[in-house]
Amino acid sequence: MLHRLRFIPGRILQAIPVALGVSILVFLMSHLLPGNPAVAILGNHATPANVATLSKHLGLDKPLWDQYWLFISHLFQGDLGQSLTYQQPVVSLVFAAVPVTLSLVLYALVLSLIISVPLAGWAATRPGRARDLAVRAYTLLGQGMPQFWVGIMLILLLAVRLQIFPVGGYGQTPTDHLYYLFLPALTLAISMCPTIIRSLRASTIQVLGSEYVGTARSKGIAGASLFRVHVLRNAAIPTVSIVGVNLGYLVGGSLVIEHVFAIPGLGSLMINAIFARDFPTIQGVALFVALFVVIVGILTDIVYTLLDPRVDLANTEAVR
Amino acid sequence: MSETPLLSVRNLSLGVQRKGRPTTVIVDDVSFDVAEGERFGIVGESGSGKSLTLRAIANLLPAGVSVLSGAIHYRGQDLQTMPAKSRRRLAGPEIAMIFQEPMTALNPVMRVGDQIAESPRRNLGLSKSAAMDLAIDMMRKTGIPDPARRARSYPHELSGGLRQRIMIAMALSCSPRLLLCDEPTTALDVTVQLQVLRLLEQLCEDTETALVFVTHDLGVVNQTCRELGVMYAGEIVERGRVKDVFADPRHPYTKGLLDSAPDFDQPDRELVAIPGFAPNLADRPDGCPFEPRCAFAVEHCATARPTLAKVLPGREAACFETARIFQGATA
Amino acid sequence: MTATPAPTLAPVKAAGRPVRSRSLRPWYRNGSLVAGMVIVGALILVAIFAPLLTSYSPTTQNLEATLQGPSAAHWLGTDQFGRDVLTRLLWSTRVDLRIGFIAVLIPFVVGTILGALAGYFGGWLDTIVMRLVDIFFAFPFYVMVIVLVFVLGAGETSIYLAIATVSWVSYAKIVRGEVLVAKQQDYVMAARLGGFSHLKVLARHIGPNVLSQAIIYAMSDIVQDIMAIVTLGYLGLGIAPPTAEWGSMIADGQQFITTHWEQATIPGLAVVVVSLGLSWLGDGLSDLLSPDRRK
Repeated sequence: MLHRLRFIPGRILQAIPVALGVSILVFLMSHLLPGNPAVAILGNHATPANVATLSKHLGLDKPLWDQYWLFISHLFQGDLGQSLTYQQPVVSLVFAAVPVTLSLVLYALVLSLIISVPLAGWAATRPGRARDLAVRAYTLLGQGMPQFWVGIMLILLLAVRLQIFPVGGYGQTPTDHLYYLFLPALTLAISMCPTIIRSLRASTIQVLGSEYVGTARSKGIAGASLFRVHVLRNAAIPTVSIVGVNLGYLVGGSLVIEHVFAIPGLGSLMINAIFARDFPTIQGVALFVALFVVIVGILTDIVYTLLDPRVDLANTEAVR
Repeated sequence: MSETPLLSVRNLSLGVQRKGRPTTVIVDDVSFDVAEGERFGIVGESGSGKSLTLRAIANLLPAGVSVLSGAIHYRGQDLQTMPAKSRRRLAGPEIAMIFQEPMTALNPVMRVGDQIAESPRRNLGLSKSAAMDLAIDMMRKTGIPDPARRARSYPHELSGGLRQRIMIAMALSCSPRLLLCDEPTTALDVTVQLQVLRLLEQLCEDTETALVFVTHDLGVVNQTCRELGVMYAGEIVERGRVKDVFADPRHPYTKGLLDSAPDFDQPDRELVAIPGFAPNLADRPDGCPFEPRCAFAVEHCATARPTLAKVLPGREAACFETARIFQGATA
Repeated sequence: MTATPAPTLAPVKAAGRPVRSRSLRPWYRNGSLVAGMVIVGALILVAIFAPLLTSYSPTTQNLEATLQGPSAAHWLGTDQFGRDVLTRLLWSTRVDLRIGFIAVLIPFVVGTILGALAGYFGGWLDTIVMRLVDIFFAFPFYVMVIVLVFVLGAGETSIYLAIATVSWVSYAKIVRGEVLVAKQQDYVMAARLGGFSHLKVLARHIGPNVLSQAIIYAMSDIVQDIMAIVTLGYLGLGIAPPTAEWGSMIADGQQFITTHWEQATIPGLAVVVVSLGLSWLGDGLSDLLSPDRRK
């Protein structure tokens, strides 16, 4: 098995040009705008004198290559610049926000698996019947509801009306976090479940109709152990790659959700930075998020390889 | 030899019943017995219903197909009326099945050793290590080289012949009394086919396991089985001992099959194909199902349905004209 | 037994009915397709005739009648500026639907062309395109769109540019995949052997099948784009007020969630209806164009 994991170094190597490309993109986003970024930063205070001073300060008068070089060299030293609003290194802001967003995303992932796996399995055992149609109806609806709106509706129902959960915030202790993060994690989960259910249901139906499940039945295996030993792992395989792809979307979605629920994670950091025109922070968070997605991609490949012994990623293209 | 046959299939009819639509009969009024240690072959072309018959016995009918009528008795017990749990307990220690395509019939993410050991663990209550020892022993018996190491392989790492041996080891692991084989050699190379067939025969002989062998290959039936039933359009049209039937068929379809099969003993014999196509099951004709393609059909063949009737000691055929057609033959 | 000569027989009735390559049932029997067409059709009509459907203006303020609940005069009540909510809801259809449909076009065209070229010609072109795809894929959709819209300044054009920049990759990936598969098919090799130029092969032989997959994806992409537009509106990065837009309506309504929960809820329901209709249309189309590939 370890033999099949030998693709990892290669994959990481492949990720480097991508990471480089990501950094270029992030750099370009802020430096190749119509107009002077200093103007955008200064907003209402953009007098020619102020613009000139700020431009010099930000190094904007230097040629583009030099600016990029500055950007990259600072990057390697772990310096993402200084936040214009908080007057703190962007790196420390990002590092403080990462655990929050990570917990939210993982919480959402766990919740969505708890919801999706039983529902998908339940629907797959009776395809076409009432339960299957109900699950598929939910799938359709779930994909049609704007995430932030779902969040607001949950707040309305559970926080305002029933007052079971708080309206927003993060809390102090780890147990607090679990409590405060429940509604936002649930919001994200509700949006992620349809994709997982769709895929898992389809692959479960396929697995249930497969020959090897028939073989297992001919050995007298049935019910829960049939599901556990033969169905689950096989059905999970195609779903894993889909979940991996969607994890990226999840991080993006968490951006807006953090804003809705006032959670001090990367999302809030980013959005507040956007409103405050804090370029270095925006760059820093964007870079970080992109890197996270790349890492998730590699992790997905690893999990996929561990699950399916037929797969040998050193010889084939990456799984997406 | 006990009076009660090991397996007794009586007037079994299988089909698809859908609300508001007429029932489609796929297997029609099939009956046969299999004694202990017997080797019974079911021969027919694709769509004749032979696989489904087997699956009905194994309780593995695909979704939508159900037993319309008839009974299946195993050791005198009616399989359909017994509680589901009891029937499930038969699977493995009493009745086992081998499938056609070993690549799809084996779980791709489970090691083959574990797959073989699974049945003894559940059905015989063996411990994990005891079951694995049994599995390796079975693998050795089925002629797999280096079984202890091979047990840790995954199906995709083995050749077709090895995979089929794994299937056989798996099926025989709990020493069943009845082994159902659904075209187990069809997907194999010819050279491997013979090896696997010999292996099956040997193992079943050693343990006195009865065999029900479904195939479209006359050569295989000739090699492996002692008794056979010929199926056409969901019915058994001839039944008897293999050697006798092949030497002296008593149903036009059986004769057609034999005439169209190459024979090493008669290399210059002209091969005669049976003209026409197998009938559409939804569109069952009134009379004998073979009538449209039968060279010897007369008027009443199209209006009345013949049933299996004794034509010789130990031989039955479903044909009105069998006496007339096969007149010159030795009785 | 003597051998009998081969007899001649009357021909046997052929079994089975002919199988068509497209969907087995006519389009009007396709539940999703019909439902989708009805809903989307209704929405388009609403968008076109919005000014005629109510007597109020979506933007004129009426500070004497702020925050009223549903009533006979205002079926859905009024917002904090006294504007009729129903009117704004209907007018918003024009905005969100129009932008959604237009926003799909550029990524569709650019992505399809690049994907087709990359898949068909392979080599360094393919490598470059795929690396670009990897890079863009590393950015979650929303992060990119939000940042880009911010950078380009809020407004309709920015939305188009932002979405185009981010979305083209999905089309490129899908089309490239399809072309790669189609390239191997015998009918393509036959066409090349027959002397058809690359362009003709692409256009005539590979094109139709690949395009249908891209179109099917485009349907779900429209839904995603509308979601993005509404989200941008919610964040204040979308269409500038006072234009009626579902997202900004939800943001407005959120402030009064304790007293007038319907203000935040109803525009969201409108979005749900839109995506349901479009999803059904997409499913129906998928069934029509490639029934053997049901998800």
